[in-house]
Amino acid sequence: MLIFEQSSKGRRAHAQSPATRASLDDLPSELLRDTPPLMPEVSEMQAVRHYTRLSQKNFSIDTHFYPLGSCTMKYNPRACNSLAMLPGLVDRHPYAPESHSQGFLSCMHDLQEILKEVTGMKAVSLAPMAGAQGEFAGVAMIKAYHDSRDDTARNEIIVPDAAHGTNPASAVMCGYKIKEIPTRDDGDIDVDALKQALGPQTAGIMLTNPSTVGVFERRIQEIAALVHEAGGLLYYDGANLNAILGKVRPGDMGFDVIHMNLHKTFSTPHGGGGPGAGPVGVSKRLEPFLPIPMVDHDGTAYRFVSADDRPQSIGRLSAFAGNAGILLRAYIYARLLGREGMTRVAEYSTLNANYMLKKMQAAGFEAAYPERRATHEFIITLRKEARELGVTAMDFAKRLLDYGVHAPTTYFPLLVPECFLIEPTETESIDALDSFIEAMIKIREEAETEADMVKGAPYTLPVRRLDDVKAARELDITWSPDS
Amino acid sequence: MPFIPHTEEEVRQMLDAIGANSIDDLFDEIPSELRSFSLDRIPDGLPEMEVAQLMHERARKDSNVHCFIGAGAYDHHIPSAVWEIATRGEFYSAYTPYQAEASQGTLQLLYEYQSMMAALMAMDVSNASLYDGASALGEAILMAIRAHRKSKSKKILVPRSLHPAYRAAANTIVKNQNIELIDIPFDETTGKTSLTALNEYAGTDITALVIGQPNFFGVLDDVDELTRWAEENNAMIIAVVNPLAMSILKPPGQWGNNGADIACGEGQPLGIPLSSGGPYFGFMCATQKIVRQMPGRIIGRTVDLDGKQGFSLTLQAREQHIRRSKATSNICTNQGLMVTAATIHMSLLGAEGLARAAAASHDKHRKLVSGLSAIPGVEVKFNTPVFNETVIRLPKKSSEVLESLAADNILAGFDLADDYPELGDALLVCSTEKQSDQSIDLFIEKLEKIC
Amino acid sequence: MSYIPSDLLFTSSHEWIRDEGDDTVTIGITDHAQELLGDLVFIELPEVGDTIESGGEAGVVESVKAASDVFSPVSGEVIEVNEDLADSPELVNEQAYDNGWIYKIKLADPAELDGLLNAEAYTEVVEADEH
Repeated sequence: MLIFEQSSKGRRAHAQSPATRASLDDLPSELLRDTPPLMPEVSEMQAVRHYTRLSQKNFSIDTHFYPLGSCTMKYNPRACNSLAMLPGLVDRHPYAPESHSQGFLSCMHDLQEILKEVTGMKAVSLAPMAGAQGEFAGVAMIKAYHDSRDDTARNEIIVPDAAHGTNPASAVMCGYKIKEIPTRDDGDIDVDALKQALGPQTAGIMLTNPSTVGVFERRIQEIAALVHEAGGLLYYDGANLNAILGKVRPGDMGFDVIHMNLHKTFSTPHGGGGPGAGPVGVSKRLEPFLPIPMVDHDGTAYRFVSADDRPQSIGRLSAFAGNAGILLRAYIYARLLGREGMTRVAEYSTLNANYMLKKMQAAGFEAAYPERRATHEFIITLRKEARELGVTAMDFAKRLLDYGVHAPTTYFPLLVPECFLIEPTETESIDALDSFIEAMIKIREEAETEADMVKGAPYTLPVRRLDDVKAARELDITWSPDS
Repeated sequence: MPFIPHTEEEVRQMLDAIGANSIDDLFDEIPSELRSFSLDRIPDGLPEMEVAQLMHERARKDSNVHCFIGAGAYDHHIPSAVWEIATRGEFYSAYTPYQAEASQGTLQLLYEYQSMMAALMAMDVSNASLYDGASALGEAILMAIRAHRKSKSKKILVPRSLHPAYRAAANTIVKNQNIELIDIPFDETTGKTSLTALNEYAGTDITALVIGQPNFFGVLDDVDELTRWAEENNAMIIAVVNPLAMSILKPPGQWGNNGADIACGEGQPLGIPLSSGGPYFGFMCATQKIVRQMPGRIIGRTVDLDGKQGFSLTLQAREQHIRRSKATSNICTNQGLMVTAATIHMSLLGAEGLARAAAASHDKHRKLVSGLSAIPGVEVKFNTPVFNETVIRLPKKSSEVLESLAADNILAGFDLADDYPELGDALLVCSTEKQSDQSIDLFIEKLEKIC
Repeated sequence: MSYIPSDLLFTSSHEWIRDEGDDTVTIGITDHAQELLGDLVFIELPEVGDTIESGGEAGVVESVKAASDVFSPVSGEVIEVNEDLADSPELVNEQAYDNGWIYKIKLADPAELDGLLNAEAYTEVVEADEH
């Protein structure tokens, strides 16, 4: 039942409003609302019960193993939330003067420094509010750099065919055209194709390393040299930073600009779809173009870096200081982990992924890149099962839900047919990994003997498979009383 | 090892299964030159108790202020239930609802959210949120350009009385796509958008007009007149509004003859704490006609195999993960957690509760302004009705006044000197319903001493 | 193997063209295309009166899993669009070559029809695609 369907005229959470409605006699009547909006009319108890019960219909990291490749579903430490919401921090106005903001500013500055150090970049801005905004900022900085040198013939960004959709979408938002290059069967990008694609029109290349197919781009230094020689810049999509945190630094690999996904690598909450945070780090030559605001220390106190300090900045991306509360959570996480903890993130996420890869191969599942080490994630392809048993990756994913596991990422990257991109993260124990593998083995057995049953899964959740076609054809996205 | 559960024995077991001698072996595909560096500048990890002490100390530094700043972020009462429920693990640590069957809680909540926002704006449809109000404006501009097939100019009229940071952020987003943001001045007496200035563009190809309500100065603009101007000149109307104010003010769907085409703005006043400016959420509503041009996630109601009601992401084909370079936007995230809180907040308050909160906030602010303007030398700048904040002119330099009052922990308002030098020494002051009478009296007392 | 009528012309991007004989053509997407896309949920039609270049975008066909551009194989003016597709996008799936037609063009240059594929040539395109 929807909250609207539980309403009763005149019902309200009386404890949450003043006893009377103040008069608005100073406002012209033609600017006032004449009919109230159609909102729920429920008691406080009803609202609390309704939303608590809704929450119980969700899978979440706190309740289920969630090996979503490329999403880094690691434990979100509770302290990160409660400490970020301390009075003084949670109620600080974005325009509070620096004199009364040293606590907040010191956290932001420290976080900038930590992110710089762990990624090997020269400067960091915490402004972008999500990975995609970080990508946009990164590509916008590349454009600003070339424009500042009157190098305006460069109108193309190179993107591997396996790239995440936000990469080409962000580049287009900056006015660029896209040139795609293929990925080879061993998982590395095709360097010969790259050489063909490079030229005076190349503004840059957007890469993820480890790549979206879950393997380390072994020729990265050569690729960096080639792109730089052609006058282009290298952009690093930090989606897979969890695989190399503390072990390899994007700055050392030759990248000029990177974005980090704090909601992945630094364990800020996924929140049912957001908010994220996508700080960007740059090499020296892109420093003047960083988005504002940033935080500086002038020898005495912390202060905001202003637009005047950075005349070449690409500008601001939000009204205030980005997703400040999320940045605080990432900072708290970084202080809990420390230097050693960060290095262990890469070590144990990689250990978990390689263990799962070997066990799944031993159980007869096909790895997409069998000759390669898993990084923090790996891909298996269910094309054999799809062909022989008629049961697809989607069917396996839905049946896994009945086994109490959230399915891995399916059908991404687009290159590998019927794929599962599996990322356990470092916070899962060996028991969780073993249960997953056992569930996969059981489902395959079910697929061999009762394929139709698997194709009808899930059975144990609040709903069965949903009619997406109906949802799109008969668009119902707003409730109304006669619906 | 914080948050890593492995015992030494388990590590041994796992390495054996892999056939490796050490964890280090697992990194053997990575060139060794890339693996040597030190991270000395990163501090050692601390146990939770010590991190808590550190954060308490820092939070204390920024505490105990009397805050009279609005300027796009407002400290309204938030019922305790809102964040207790929103931070339940099932909401807090859930992922994007791509596997709909495992996410019916979040999906139904987002559908309810969409319905409430559409009702609040009196518009047909809403998306499931964007990052914040400023970037929502940027996205609204891109959407208007896509949707307005007859207009070729890509010219957008933006009032100077719109939040300066919104204009700046929107500009960052649109500037590489040959889109021109044209400033429309405000009337110096009323603070409203100047119709005279607007009329210079009458009869020319304008893709969209942006209308703020209230505007950055708190001033209530002549939204019907402005909307009709856009309708007559075949420009789309993008409304940028305070959602709490819409519980008592005429909403964008009812402006002019046909209402606004797109309504967007900052959702923070609906149950989101100030938290230094984020995370907040941007809302976006539109008419049914242009729903397919709307960026961001959209949740639809449908049925499952047994005919039971269910909810799922819909119209995904427009989004980056499918359409890639031709997507409506590069946006991947919505502000899920914030929208969860806002939906619970709106359910707890309902239409009447929201209206009472808005009225109480406006009322408290009237008390503040009445006390401040009684001080000799302090004047209300614009002679027009306002909602919840007011521009006051000071007899002294605004930056000095602010510094002086800050010494008593009074954050007196937003200094308009940098963005609007023509207003002279002016502050944008705000009070919400949460402000105590004592704080207001203290502000008035201290300001009087200085002036 | 999808159905390919022998009396139509085709493009390698899976549009079909029927020469109406009076310097106008009717255009839609092929059976193969609708199979690849899956159940269609929305068709974005070009506007009557629009002038389109050969190779230019004439609209979008949207399914749950993809949104594909429809490219115009010829240059000319759009003279009619299939309004039925607004309420029934599934016509494109069910009757790709009949009631699932998308738009009609008055040809700017009838000679452009010579550059299009016949049924045999298009069959080869589809066969290559299916492997």
